[in-house]
Amino acid sequence: MLLVIGIVLKILIVVAISQGTVAYLILVERKVAAYAQDRIGPNRAGSEFGIPFALLQPLADGAKMLLKEDVVPKYVTKPLYILAPWIAITAAMIGFAVVPFGPVGPDQIINFQIAPNVNIGILYVFAVGSLAVYGVILAGWASNNKYAFIGALRSSAQLISYEMPLGMSILGMVLIAGSLDLSTIVDWQDRHVWGVFVQPLGFILFFVSAFAETNRLPFDLPESEQELVGGFHTEYSAMKFGMFFLGEYLHVITVSYLTVILFFGGWDLPYFLDAEQTGLISAIVKVGVLLIKVGLVILFIMWIRWTLPRFRYDQLMDLAWKSMIPLALVNLVATAAIVQLIRTYWV
Amino acid sequence: MRADHPKLKKLEPPKLTLADRFFLPQVAAGLLVTGRHIFGVAFQDKAITVQYPEVQHVPSPVYRGVHRLNKDEEGRPKCVACMLCATACPAHCIDIVGATAPETWPDREKYPESFVIDELRCIYCGMCEEACPVEAIELTGLYDLTGLSREEMIFDKTKLLSVFDATRDAEPMKYTTPPPGPSGQTQLLDSPIA
Repeated sequence: MLLVIGIVLKILIVVAISQGTVAYLILVERKVAAYAQDRIGPNRAGSEFGIPFALLQPLADGAKMLLKEDVVPKYVTKPLYILAPWIAITAAMIGFAVVPFGPVGPDQIINFQIAPNVNIGILYVFAVGSLAVYGVILAGWASNNKYAFIGALRSSAQLISYEMPLGMSILGMVLIAGSLDLSTIVDWQDRHVWGVFVQPLGFILFFVSAFAETNRLPFDLPESEQELVGGFHTEYSAMKFGMFFLGEYLHVITVSYLTVILFFGGWDLPYFLDAEQTGLISAIVKVGVLLIKVGLVILFIMWIRWTLPRFRYDQLMDLAWKSMIPLALVNLVATAAIVQLIRTYWV
Repeated sequence: MRADHPKLKKLEPPKLTLADRFFLPQVAAGLLVTGRHIFGVAFQDKAITVQYPEVQHVPSPVYRGVHRLNKDEEGRPKCVACMLCATACPAHCIDIVGATAPETWPDREKYPESFVIDELRCIYCGMCEEACPVEAIELTGLYDLTGLSREEMIFDKTKLLSVFDATRDAEPMKYTTPPPGPSGQTQLLDSPIA
């Protein structure tokens, strides 16, 4: 019983925190966007109450999303049209279940993971993450609008194409650590070396396909305002649009977590923190370290957005099928061979 | 010039080096550029935007803003309701109802009983100003033109004349006084919307 309450509490806390984080990340994103363009960005909301840095802007944005007119065009397939944003946001949220956001292990006081010790953790994240494509394609189809439909088709092709290098790029890390469980992978990095040093190619491939999976620039073809007037969510307004937006941002957070956990040692800080420290204080420090790392990755993703222009569609497909999948295969085979050699001759 | 003309210069796209084709060094170079901008604004106060409304922008002397209806020496609107401005207006935003001038106004046959400009439809091209034979309608340097309703943005005769009263000293009528010298100073004017 206590376990169930604990899990429900954890779910509530994680969902609340992630939603709040998303709201403030949108503010950060707007700020970064402004800075990259020599502007200042939102700096007013809350100044009347003496709150600096427009910290009330997310509240204003949220209120706007909720209060705006929710237009449902007459020609849409209503059940699917309403279902699509729910799928998008749910798919993004349930991926969090196995993402460790702090130290996990049998000797920890708190396991910072909603579903600890799932030994296929990373598989689950990818399986659930790719459900997002249902949201996209249902939205495009149910909208009964050519632009939305073309946008949905393009983005589903993109999401499926990049699923492959994404999955293959992490297999090297999985082979080295010998487990699909995310916390085991972090433990391996803690005891040896960060993943980015043993799998540099895997890291680049993972990070690039992660951009495509989260629909971020330079791979934001599903939206492409200029060519497709918004792509699959053209016909969505108010909170329904907001749900797509939130889902997308949750994806960004998940991907940043995965990047840090797979390639940057998770909560590991060499010479300061290691797996043997189990007290509450060290656990909190570890959560903090992980959060800072994730924040830096998210900032980097935003920074990329204002640096690279969008790919043309055929270039996008070329990159996935002609460059990234072969490279991922090479990386996988080479890693497998090296791991086998090391196991045979040195261990 | 024909495609095979000997003088035709053909431009070849620059050959990409290995680094160019590998993308990542170029991506890093790009990140450096945007990174410099982000750092500059965040830590060195290098934003180039004007912080309106705290800082007001002073437009150039040739800026075309809100209209005004000029008055003559006796304080009457100069307009003679000839409809040339309304005819010239490409956005059809000027609406004039002309009437026979009072007998005490011997210098003209007609005057505008009502003169309405829809400032929301206006494209501020200045054609009305060009078309007016008596220099009655002019565009001022007022640019602070915001309202809370559509009705508020429809300027009638009273409002247009009050814009003249408000801007008379700052911007003399263009054709009755010698044009301002080369130093053509402009100054900040108050918004015409109360």
